[in-house]
Amino acid sequence: MWWLLFFLVTAIRAELCQPDAENAFKVRLSIRTALGDKAVSGEPAKEYRINKVVFLWSVKISPNRRGILISHVLLCNITQRVSFWFVVTDPTKNYTLPADEIQSAIRMNRNRINSAFSLNDQTLEFLKIPSTLAPPTDPSVPIWIIIFGVVFCIVIVAITLLVLSGIRQRRRKNKEPSEVDDTEDKSENTITIENGIPCDPLDTKGWHINDTFMTEDERLTPL
Amino acid sequence: TMRLVLPNPGLDDRIPSLEQLEVIEKEEASSRPKWDNKAQYMLTCVGFCVGLGNVWRFPYLCQSHGGGAFMIPFLILLVVEGVPLLYLEFAIGQRLRKGSVGVWSSIHPALKGIGIASMFVSFMVGLYYNTIIAWVMWYFFNSFQDPLPWSTCPLNDNLTGYVEECARSSSVDYYWYRETLNISNSISNSGSVQWWVLLCLTCAWCVLYVCTIRGIETTGKAVYITSTLPYVVLTIFLIRGLTLKGATNGIVFLFTPNITELANPLTWLDAGAQVFYSFSLAFGGLISFSSYNSVHNNCEMDSVIVSVINGFTSMYAATVVYSIIGFRATERYDTCFNQNILTLINGFDLPEGSVTEKNFEELQQWYNATYPADFAQLQFQTCDMNSFLSEGVEGTGLAFIVFTEAITKMPISPLWSVLFFIMLFCLGLSSMFGNMEGVVVPLQDLKIFPKKWPKEVLTGLICLGCYFIAFIFTLNSGQYWLTLLDSYAGSIPLLIIAFCEMFAVVYVYGVDRFNKDIEFMIGHKPNIFWQITWRVVSPLLMLVIFLFFFVINVNKELIYSVWDPAYEEFPKSEKVPYPSWAYGVVVIVAGVPCLSIPCFAIYKLIRNRCQKQESQQGLVSTMSTASINGDLKY
Repeated sequence: MWWLLFFLVTAIRAELCQPDAENAFKVRLSIRTALGDKAVSGEPAKEYRINKVVFLWSVKISPNRRGILISHVLLCNITQRVSFWFVVTDPTKNYTLPADEIQSAIRMNRNRINSAFSLNDQTLEFLKIPSTLAPPTDPSVPIWIIIFGVVFCIVIVAITLLVLSGIRQRRRKNKEPSEVDDTEDKSENTITIENGIPCDPLDTKGWHINDTFMTEDERLTPL
Repeated sequence: TMRLVLPNPGLDDRIPSLEQLEVIEKEEASSRPKWDNKAQYMLTCVGFCVGLGNVWRFPYLCQSHGGGAFMIPFLILLVVEGVPLLYLEFAIGQRLRKGSVGVWSSIHPALKGIGIASMFVSFMVGLYYNTIIAWVMWYFFNSFQDPLPWSTCPLNDNLTGYVEECARSSSVDYYWYRETLNISNSISNSGSVQWWVLLCLTCAWCVLYVCTIRGIETTGKAVYITSTLPYVVLTIFLIRGLTLKGATNGIVFLFTPNITELANPLTWLDAGAQVFYSFSLAFGGLISFSSYNSVHNNCEMDSVIVSVINGFTSMYAATVVYSIIGFRATERYDTCFNQNILTLINGFDLPEGSVTEKNFEELQQWYNATYPADFAQLQFQTCDMNSFLSEGVEGTGLAFIVFTEAITKMPISPLWSVLFFIMLFCLGLSSMFGNMEGVVVPLQDLKIFPKKWPKEVLTGLICLGCYFIAFIFTLNSGQYWLTLLDSYAGSIPLLIIAFCEMFAVVYVYGVDRFNKDIEFMIGHKPNIFWQITWRVVSPLLMLVIFLFFFVINVNKELIYSVWDPAYEEFPKSEKVPYPSWAYGVVVIVAGVPCLSIPCFAIYKLIRNRCQKQESQQGLVSTMSTASINGDLKY
């Protein structure tokens, strides 16, 4: 079908469409990459024609211009890569439409163009037209804060449980030996030490009254 | 036998005799903590020894020092340096049944400084180590999303391209340096506290507190998970890694021996240092853990088993890490090569598929010859597999940059990311248990806190204090501070402490007495191998490594790597000298532990002199305390 192609191309005024011409854009198709092994040699021609329709459609959507037909889209310099240059002319085919308009039209409809032919920004490249990258979808609360909150709550609960069980254990330990401790303390307090030698406590061992020692009460003989 | 022992009067009064040991063990059963079973003890020791260094330091050393040939110095030094020191610490802890401060002050009061030095080092290492765990937690929290946040660059304001800093470096670099650390361009630019890092730091210290709240009573339970999970994850990664394309490239690169490296003294030095640090010796934690053992526990078998496990883990982790690195390098190489092919195709508008990997070279040359002017305009990248394999594969760079990038290229990336960071978390946490033990027990022995205070309060105060000090690592310059501490707090002081430990046990405690103790504890005397290594070989190796380190580092200007987008060769890190005040920090960080040994010895000697004078006066002026009727009368 290549002869049809050449007929179309030569029938149109080729001067307006040149590589690096004013208002001309280069398009690069990576069909092999997009379709993988399903791409066969006949595909490039088909894609090329389809793309002409697509360009027309996208330019039609451009608000200021009306009445632009497929024949107004000029293609040139088709290579085996598959890449080509195109310009869009006005209905009189005298001059090309400004690059800004084409650029904004394509930019706005890039997604539709891509999705219509299962291509993406890498496999259908419009050189010099920067693609708008999709902004990432940020959830309202970052996921990491949720996970952090979960882990942190678990840890705080664990700390509280351990501390409380420790306090309970200590209270139980304190209650049991406390009765035993008291009696031991009493006897310890009463052991007096003189020069490192403990004296026998006078009030726990048997003691005798020394009769010669008079108590205060008995000093004065009763009348 | 060498009878070279320093005079040590009063040693028998300070330590329990062998006959008393079994009695003491029964008495202490209620008051002193002890292990529920042998498995807990082994898992805790293995967990303490096996840490992040096994995953991100050893593989790098292995690969950069001759691959398979590095095993030779590593294994030799493991046997003559690592195992004897480990056995020594286990045995002395089990014999004297005290933490590090208690053990050294029992051997001789003037040697208390060794225990204090261990405490300082454990404290400083614990500070920054837990910050690394906080970073691991940050990555862990962010792993529960697909695609992973570090797989693509964020978009700039126009939405026309990526943020410039990210486009010039890579999405993983940008995520680490900008979105995690928000790093400044020098250590002097402190910036402010990064709130997200602070949250993760809080979480890390709380988790540590939960696990160490009651000492080994709680850590003993935690280690069932933290010490075993890393091995499970490593095995999963090994299986996954070996099925990836290019994994064998990495393993071959790692283990290809280069025998000429053995002649390089730096190889032996690095091997010795790695063995030493990977065993977590001289931190005091191992002595403490051993002191909770029963008296007749076979510490000789324990030390051999722990050493073997540690060495095996290093090699196992190296295999896993390099299989993943091989995969990543192959991916990068393929991408680079395909990019070059595309450049050639686009440059000359050739049909797709006409240029493949096989004919790329000849086509490239043909076009260069036929259309030299057009060809000169094309820019081709250099794709070198070896350079991809040896990129940034050490330390935090390995974990947070190289590995995370490799994970983004694997299918079901969030799963691998979660597993990887859980593994790092467990490795780091189990090492932190040993650090905490090395700080809490000495503080208890030094009676800094009242005895009445429960252990929960003590551990809580220490965790809180360390948490507040660690705020410095959440600043913009935090990572520079961490590197500073890592290089100087955890290196030279440990060597000196280990040398002093060996010297103290062999020459102050007396190796003959030590041999008898071990014979009592495990039933047979240590054989000639242990004698030679304890008395001569290991201390000599410590000294040699220390001298080498000292000589190499003392004259070097201290430099560090800085992430500066304004640097011409960005994304390469710029090597910048430290500001002058950083030298002061280094002196404090490395000097305080080292100097505490001689300073305490001198302080003790002076106090002894003064006490001797006082006790002579005391004989004369003791008051006679009379008492009547049981009442004391002064």
